[in-house]
Amino acid sequence: MLSLSPDDLAAVKLSLQVAAAATLIALPAGFAAAYVLAMTKMRGKALLEGLINLPLVLPPVVTGYLLLLLFGRNGWLGQLLALADIRVVFTLRGAIIASAVVGFPLLVRSIRIGMENIDRQLVQAARTLGAGWFDSLFTVVMPLSGRAVLAGMTLMFARSMGEFGATVILAGNIPGVTQTIPLAIYQYTSTPGGDSRALTLCLVSIVLSFAVLLLGEAVNRNLARR
Amino acid sequence: MLLEVNVEKHFGEFSVRAAFTLSSEKCGVFGPSGSGKSTLMHMLAGLLEPDNGSIRLNGQTLFDKERKISLPPELRRVGVVFQHACLFPHLSVRKNLLYGLNRLPRQQRTVDIDQLVRVLRIEELLDRSVSRLSGGERQRVALGRTVLACPQLILLDEPLSGLDGQLKYQIIPYLRQVFAEFSIPMLFISHSLQELRLMTDEALVMSKGLAEQTMSTEELARSRSLGSSERGYTNLLQLDTPEDLGRLLRYNWGGITLMLLKSDNPAAGQFALGARDILLFKKHPEATSARNMLACTVRRMYETEWLTGVELDCQGGTLIAEVVPQAVEEMGLQPGSEVVAVFKASAFRRLY
Repeated sequence: MLSLSPDDLAAVKLSLQVAAAATLIALPAGFAAAYVLAMTKMRGKALLEGLINLPLVLPPVVTGYLLLLLFGRNGWLGQLLALADIRVVFTLRGAIIASAVVGFPLLVRSIRIGMENIDRQLVQAARTLGAGWFDSLFTVVMPLSGRAVLAGMTLMFARSMGEFGATVILAGNIPGVTQTIPLAIYQYTSTPGGDSRALTLCLVSIVLSFAVLLLGEAVNRNLARR
Repeated sequence: MLLEVNVEKHFGEFSVRAAFTLSSEKCGVFGPSGSGKSTLMHMLAGLLEPDNGSIRLNGQTLFDKERKISLPPELRRVGVVFQHACLFPHLSVRKNLLYGLNRLPRQQRTVDIDQLVRVLRIEELLDRSVSRLSGGERQRVALGRTVLACPQLILLDEPLSGLDGQLKYQIIPYLRQVFAEFSIPMLFISHSLQELRLMTDEALVMSKGLAEQTMSTEELARSRSLGSSERGYTNLLQLDTPEDLGRLLRYNWGGITLMLLKSDNPAAGQFALGARDILLFKKHPEATSARNMLACTVRRMYETEWLTGVELDCQGGTLIAEVVPQAVEEMGLQPGSEVVAVFKASAFRRLY
């Protein structure tokens, strides 16, 4: 029962690929967004916050459909990318983008909570000691929000591993190209006799997600001890 | 040092206005909490932009609204020692100390780190994590970190307020020695007259957001602590060469012998003697339980709300005694009067 077909293996590999790529791509933007929300005073912050959190409350299918409209052949980003001969819809890129957008609020939320706990006076102290803004960002804010960043990345990675709704709309369900574990499971459950294979993939999914959380926790403890 | 400030900052109902020029190397800013001291400090350091006005330090413009100049904090070379030290928790003591120094061009590095570490007595702390420092140690490291950045001026924002009781004064000798050895001008911000008197010569007085006037710290202490304040004026005495007399300690105060109650730590140091603990006698009392009797001349007297401050010349040393106006009348005290100042051996309180 616990044997994986080549397609299943491809799905596992794709899932890991998509989750890792989505997390890494979202990280710089997530850090910047968290910084703006936690450390700056600006007008329209509530609006920005709402916008960032929208994918968290929208049904992923809706997010996926909006992304499809945006990146589709007639969408304005889609048209722009078509000029550079880049296709998003029904490709691996689409799967990554779908996961990145859906997981983004989780990443921002974690980093932001960590940053809000940083004493603002530490940044001020750094500035009066001769560090410029970027310098203080790299030498004070980033090291002090390290654990929060890690927690956010773990959460987002795990969320991306399980992404279904937005991915199936934007990237489709193409074995070997965009079929990640959840999509494969969905396919098995809708095929007669696919139950045991679906269950196998479920187990793989559980093991992987659990491993990610454990790993994140271990690194987190290690950081806390320093 | 020459600090010329003329700034305004509004926060809704509250506004801070400060127009002053300070030239003393050891300046204080005095005012109760909420009087705008911290706001002023932030504006000087570049951490808060004034709404209007200008700030010049040694002729260099740090801020000028009209000329649209506002140097960022990292270019002002104005150091800050924060109330709660603000050490970087992710760095060791050594890395904290070097943070500012490492960002300074080589030719501007004028402070010898070994000398500083010795003066602050933090040799043994260098490789520790900052989370394992006591309050006093944290403040010493914070001071060292700021001094190593070789600023033109150091702002100390209530640096002793986070420390309790005795600890507060124990750090003062370090502060004094560092500022003396490295000759960096300071602006010591505090709501405590005692601290200001121990640290500064001149003080700017702030109240309700207004920087009112500058005066000598001693003058400020006399005008503030006589009269209505609860504890009154405190005489600060530097006593040395203690001698153990069994149950008493004999100290030398600039040639005058004083008797103090025996303590665990019979060393030279700074002592406080309340102006209300000094009794004045017209003639030398024949027998008294008080162990200190000094023949003095009244130098000056000043009236305050309810009490009279009597400045005494005790063979060169100066003491202030506070008495009620009736006593002045009955004793016929006036400048030039000969009196005997009497106070108990237990009236002294060691500051550090």
